[in-house]
Amino acid sequence: MKDLLFKKALFTASLLLLLIGAGMVYTLFDGALPAFDAFGFFKFIGSTAWDPHPDREAYGALPFIVGTLFTAFLALLIAIPFALPVALFTGVYYRGTKAAHIIGAIVDLLAGIPSIVYGLWGFYTLRPWIIESGFSTGGFGIFTSAVVLAIMIIPYASSLSAEFLSMVPNDLKEGAYSLGATRLDMIQQVVFPFAGSGIFASFILALGRALGETMAVTMLIGNTNNLPLSLTATGNTMASVIANQFGEADGLKLSALIAIAFLLFILTALINLAGKFIIKRFNQ
Amino acid sequence: MITHTKFRQLKDKGFFILICLLMSLGALPLVSILFELIRKGYKQLNIAFFTETAPSTLDAMLAAGTGDVIPGGIANGIIGTLIMVSLASAVAIPIGIMIGIYLAEKPTAIFSNIVRFVADLMQGVPSIVIGIISYAWIVCSFQSYSALAGAFALSLMMAPLIIRSTEETLKMLPPSLKEAGLALGASYTSVVLKILLPAAFGGLFTGILLSISRVTGETAPIMLTALGSSMITVDVMRPMSAVPLLIWEFYNDPNLMDMIWSCSLFLLMLILTLNIIAKFIAHRWKIQ
Amino acid sequence: MENTVNNNMIDTLITSNNVRTPLIVEDAILTFKDVCVSYAPGKNAIESVNAAVEKGKITAIMGPSGCGKSTLLRAVNRMHELYDYIKVTGEILLNDQDVLKMNAMEVRRNAGMVFQRPNPFPNMSIFDNVLAGYSLNGIKLPKAEREALVEQSLRNVVLWDEVKDLLNKKGSFLSGGQQQRLCIARAIALKPEVLLMDEPTSALDPIATNHIEELLLTLKKEFSIVIVTHNMSQAARISDNSMFMYMGELIEYDRTNTMFTNPACQKTEEYLTGRFG
Repeated sequence: MKDLLFKKALFTASLLLLLIGAGMVYTLFDGALPAFDAFGFFKFIGSTAWDPHPDREAYGALPFIVGTLFTAFLALLIAIPFALPVALFTGVYYRGTKAAHIIGAIVDLLAGIPSIVYGLWGFYTLRPWIIESGFSTGGFGIFTSAVVLAIMIIPYASSLSAEFLSMVPNDLKEGAYSLGATRLDMIQQVVFPFAGSGIFASFILALGRALGETMAVTMLIGNTNNLPLSLTATGNTMASVIANQFGEADGLKLSALIAIAFLLFILTALINLAGKFIIKRFNQ
Repeated sequence: MITHTKFRQLKDKGFFILICLLMSLGALPLVSILFELIRKGYKQLNIAFFTETAPSTLDAMLAAGTGDVIPGGIANGIIGTLIMVSLASAVAIPIGIMIGIYLAEKPTAIFSNIVRFVADLMQGVPSIVIGIISYAWIVCSFQSYSALAGAFALSLMMAPLIIRSTEETLKMLPPSLKEAGLALGASYTSVVLKILLPAAFGGLFTGILLSISRVTGETAPIMLTALGSSMITVDVMRPMSAVPLLIWEFYNDPNLMDMIWSCSLFLLMLILTLNIIAKFIAHRWKIQ
Repeated sequence: MENTVNNNMIDTLITSNNVRTPLIVEDAILTFKDVCVSYAPGKNAIESVNAAVEKGKITAIMGPSGCGKSTLLRAVNRMHELYDYIKVTGEILLNDQDVLKMNAMEVRRNAGMVFQRPNPFPNMSIFDNVLAGYSLNGIKLPKAEREALVEQSLRNVVLWDEVKDLLNKKGSFLSGGQQQRLCIARAIALKPEVLLMDEPTSALDPIATNHIEELLLTLKKEFSIVIVTHNMSQAARISDNSMFMYMGELIEYDRTNTMFTNPACQKTEEYLTGRFG
């Protein structure tokens, strides 16, 4: 009797999670519907309009979608050459040693720093450097945001890919060394082919993180509603436009912001599922 | 042949040096962040910082004019963070553990796979989207920004983490443990509650601490739901502040700039401490 | 790699009464001189081994588990260097050159190794696996030479007929015995001076073991083989000379026939008659 009740409780909790998940999708879609109705789903995605004036109210998500993808992919591009060395160091060269543990702890520490603190650092430390270097006058924009995003996803990408790198069986490594390979040969011809898909998945998941990052980007991207087309352009990501404008939004504008949240939800979900799918295949 | 080998070994060394170089370059931001926070933040950390509420703009301006330390503190944020995180934990921990047990006990059932899928999906949802959900469900229902809505958003973020860590930890326990309990005639419920969960305590606790440290620094969802308050309040149905939210407010008010750093330093130390405790416990309670 | 001979070691060697004068061989491919290996400072896993391995013969190293037989073998191609807590001292001469003073990559190319468990590279085709030694060393061969080498190596390990139509498939579907033969082909494709085998049949079933043993008897025409085995009857079946190791020391080294019929040391006799091990 007691067991039955206990099992029911476990089941109910799990069911609750499903309901919440379904409810989230429904709420986002329901909130987005007025905007999709008013502008059309594809027109909303493809439009660069952002005009809250009551007489000619029009909203489109394109600048924010472009801003999101632009910053996130750029961040990934910047992050890879730093994340991969950390992963190789802890997962291959010094696997299981004290040095790897210490670096792993530092990486975890970096991963724990809140988004807003990264934003402050970007604003007060990185931005002046960028202005000083003459790269852009205001120091805000796509590039600045991408650099901070990159720093934020390096820990995640490197600790995840180190896990896959360290899964390469010792047998194979010794086999390669016994044939006269150097560590570099071994990494290129044994480790990377073996762990490649896992590393790829790590970077996809890191990209998913970058897509949804809010506060740091909001503080650095410049918050303009135009289509960002260069590294120094200011703009907005989907997350940052919500953070910036949600407080004062109502009516159609609120719906447009929720529609953007809905699109962001779909985008991150797809990216994460792709990453998890690759990992699942890797583990088999 | 020998020269060829020498060349390859040189290449190998060069690659390793490159790796070390890039790695130390990657560590620069961390050093820089810590350095900036400590340099600019330490002087605000006094008793008032923990006991008083955030200063008004006028007080801050006056202090800045005379070069004094800005009066006031972040007590409203600390209490707010404490209340919201506790509330979120009170909801997310039991439910997360229950779901985790369910998944570990029925690992291959179709229903489990769906639940696991949804948990994975929720874990990847950007925090700002979580904020919107909580806004739509709680803020709109009660017609008011509230700590409750903030706590709900945080619990939505915590639950998937706890579910996965519970499942992973329970899966690592040897099956003989459960069989031994059942063989002694114990009920399923007591086997789970009195044998499996205690045995998995280290892993569960680590997962919980990490999920807490993860949400403690969250700003975006709190911003959309709890809004913030300049007073110390314990009424969960009313707007409330939180430490990361105060950083955001200070950031937007040039007169309060000095407060940003001490506030960030405090937040970072808090999260760091949680992480270190989690690591320590994970180490001590490792399942053999 | 310090090469100084520790006086204490010589003392133990001389005073230790259960060490008989090791087998003297005329044509040595591999010579161990006062070889010590330690996993932790001050504690030797291998204590002052002196022996010469005969060219073109199969030399078996036997002993109970933990006696140091694999450790000795792995000292030859300097595998111990992959783990920085392991130290090797003494001299190991491969064709009169001290491997401990040579370039490690060169040594490993000249000493092929076959491991306990078959470890073909899962990402490479059978063809590429045979040539892995070349690709890992950055050596590019012309196409015709590559094909000839693969065929010859696979024929040498009697695998050619089984896999000649599957050369571009990954090696993972092969049976354990086939995989191990593929690994031997990979090792001999580099034309090493000596083939080091670390219990190569311990993960295989009796039929596959039988295959490998037959293979070794034909391979010894071209290669000198040192094989570590925990299986006495295997040593008796295939080896010409045998070493018996116990607790990190080389207790006895003799012609296999002599050792199995008339062991000099009591420990060897106890081991061979199955009283411990």
